[in-house]
Amino acid sequence: MSPVAASTTPTGTALVRAENVHKSFGPNEVLKGINLEVNAGEVVCLLGASGSGKSTFLRCINHLETVSNGRIWVGGNVVGYRQVGNSLHELSDKEAARQRQHIGMVFQRFNLFPHMTVLENIIEGPVLVKKERATEAKRHASELLARVGLAGRENSYPRQLSGGQQQRVAIARALAMKPELILFDEPTSALDPELVGEVLDVMKDLARSGLTMIVVTHEIGFAKEVADRVAFMHNGQIVEIGPPAEVLGNPQHERTKAFLSRVL
Amino acid sequence: MNTETEPRVARAAESPELKIVPRRHIGRWVGAGAVVLLLVWLGVSFSRAQIDWPTVQQYLTVPVLIQGIGVAIVLTIVAMVIGLVLGVVSAIMRLSKNPVTSGVAWLYIWVFRGTPVYLQLLMWFNLALIFPYIGIPGIFQGRMIDILTPFVAASIGLGLNQGAYTSEVVRSGILSVDEGQTEAAQAVGMTRLQAMRRIVLPQAMRVIIPPVGNEVIGMLKTTSLASAIGVSEILSEAQHIYYVNNRIMELLIVCAVWYLGAVSLLSIGQYYLERFFAKGSSSKQLPPTPFQRLLGIFGTNRKAFS
Repeated sequence: MSPVAASTTPTGTALVRAENVHKSFGPNEVLKGINLEVNAGEVVCLLGASGSGKSTFLRCINHLETVSNGRIWVGGNVVGYRQVGNSLHELSDKEAARQRQHIGMVFQRFNLFPHMTVLENIIEGPVLVKKERATEAKRHASELLARVGLAGRENSYPRQLSGGQQQRVAIARALAMKPELILFDEPTSALDPELVGEVLDVMKDLARSGLTMIVVTHEIGFAKEVADRVAFMHNGQIVEIGPPAEVLGNPQHERTKAFLSRVL
Repeated sequence: MNTETEPRVARAAESPELKIVPRRHIGRWVGAGAVVLLLVWLGVSFSRAQIDWPTVQQYLTVPVLIQGIGVAIVLTIVAMVIGLVLGVVSAIMRLSKNPVTSGVAWLYIWVFRGTPVYLQLLMWFNLALIFPYIGIPGIFQGRMIDILTPFVAASIGLGLNQGAYTSEVVRSGILSVDEGQTEAAQAVGMTRLQAMRRIVLPQAMRVIIPPVGNEVIGMLKTTSLASAIGVSEILSEAQHIYYVNNRIMELLIVCAVWYLGAVSLLSIGQYYLERFFAKGSSSKQLPPTPFQRLLGIFGTNRKAFS
C-alpha cells in the first residue's frame, strides 16, 4: 500500500484509528463524532442498544459506508481516500476494493454465496482478487475449514449447512484473504441459541491467535472473556470504553448501567 | 397409522382391524370423462374434415420449408443474443447512479418498447432512404442497401426490440439478489463489476431464465413478421406454396408442426439451463432429469449422467 506522509500518520502503533467520525443518512445523524484507536492484536467489542450506531461505524471502517465527516485510518492509510501531498483523493472502485482486501468482514446474516460450494466460497476472493493459484488456495481453504471445525465439508452448498456452520464458513472465507483486521457485525445474532457457542468458540480461538478484531455483539459473556477493551455506544457516540472488568463490572455512565441491567 | 401420543398407540393396538378407505374423487372422474369426450369429438371432426393428410405429409419434408424453419431458428438465436447483451448492459445502466447512463437506458427502453416491432422492422429495412451511405470516414464506407440486407435488418430490429424487454427482466433478476451478496463480495476485495459478474448475475439467472425462455419462444414466432421485409422464413415460404396449389390449411398445419417441434427443442434446452443455475438453491439433491429416469428404468445406471 502507498506510503503516507508523516504529518498525518496516526500516532502510536494503532492499527485502526477513528477520528471524530460522523455519519448521516439524510437528515438523520447516526454517528456523532466517534474516536477510537485499536492496536494490532487487540480485540475490541462494541456494545450498545439497537440503533446506537455500532454496525454503521463498523461498516465505515471497510468503506461499505462513506463517512460524512472525520477520518478513519487502517494500517496507516485513510479509509476511502488516497493521500497526495496535502489533499485526499477519493478512491476509485478498484482502489477501494484493493484497500478492503486487508480488512475481513463477517456479517450477521452470513452472506455466503449460495450458488457456490463451501470451498468455492472460500477461494473466490484469493483466486479472483489476489490471483492466488487455485491449488494453493484450495489447500489453504481446507486448512481453514479444519480450523473452524468443518474439515471435509468442502463440497457442501451453504443451504445444506446449519446457521452456525455457515457462519464458521463465513469466518474461514474472511480469513482466506489473510486480513490484518476482521470486523464482526453481530455474528451470532441470527443464530439459534444452541448454535451460538460453536461460533463464539471459533472467534475465541482467533482472538487468542493474535488477530485484530472489532466485534459488534450482544454477547456480554464473550466480551467479558475475550475482549481486551469494551466500548459502549449510545446515540452515535462512544460513552464509555475500557477493559471489560471496568466497563462491564463497574460501569460509570448512566446509559451503560441501564443497558447492562437490561441484558444481564 | 401415524401415532404420536401414548393413548392413541394403546387405542390403535386394541383395534387393529380398522380399515382405511381412500377418499373418492368423484369430481375428478367426471372432469376427466368430459375432457376425453371432447377430445374424441375433436379427433373425429378433424378426421372427417376436408384435410388432405397425404399433402400434409408430403410437404412436411419439403426443403424450402425446412430451410424456412432453419431461418426462423437462426434469426431467433441471433436476435436473442443481441437482445440479451443489450438487456444486460441496459439493465446495469439503468441501475447506475449516473443520471446520464440510467437516463439513456430508460430512453432506449421507452422507444423500443413503446413502438410496434412491425413498425421497427419496416424502419430498419428502409433506413437506406435516410442514410444512403454508412461508414467511418476514411476507413470504411458502403451503401446501406448492400449492408442492411433483409436478414441483417430483421436481426437488428428484432434484437433491439427484444433488448428493451429483456432489460426489465434482467433488472428484476438483479434486484432479486440480496444486497448483502454484493457487500460480502466487496468485503473480500471484489470491485462492483467483479461482484456483478461472479456473484450477483449467476444468482439473478434463476429469476431471469423462465421469462427469457418465454421470450425465446415468443421470438421464434415473431420471426414470422420478418417476412414483411423479405426474409424467407417458413411461414412466408408456405404462403408462396399455397398461393399456387391452394392447399392452405395443409401447409399451415405443416408450419404449426415445425414451430411446435422447434419450441419443444427450446423448452428442453431451458429445462437443462434452469437446472444448471439451480446449483445450491436447495438443501436437497435435484430430482433426476427425465433422461436420467429413463436410463434408470432400463437399468443402465450410468454415473456419467448423474
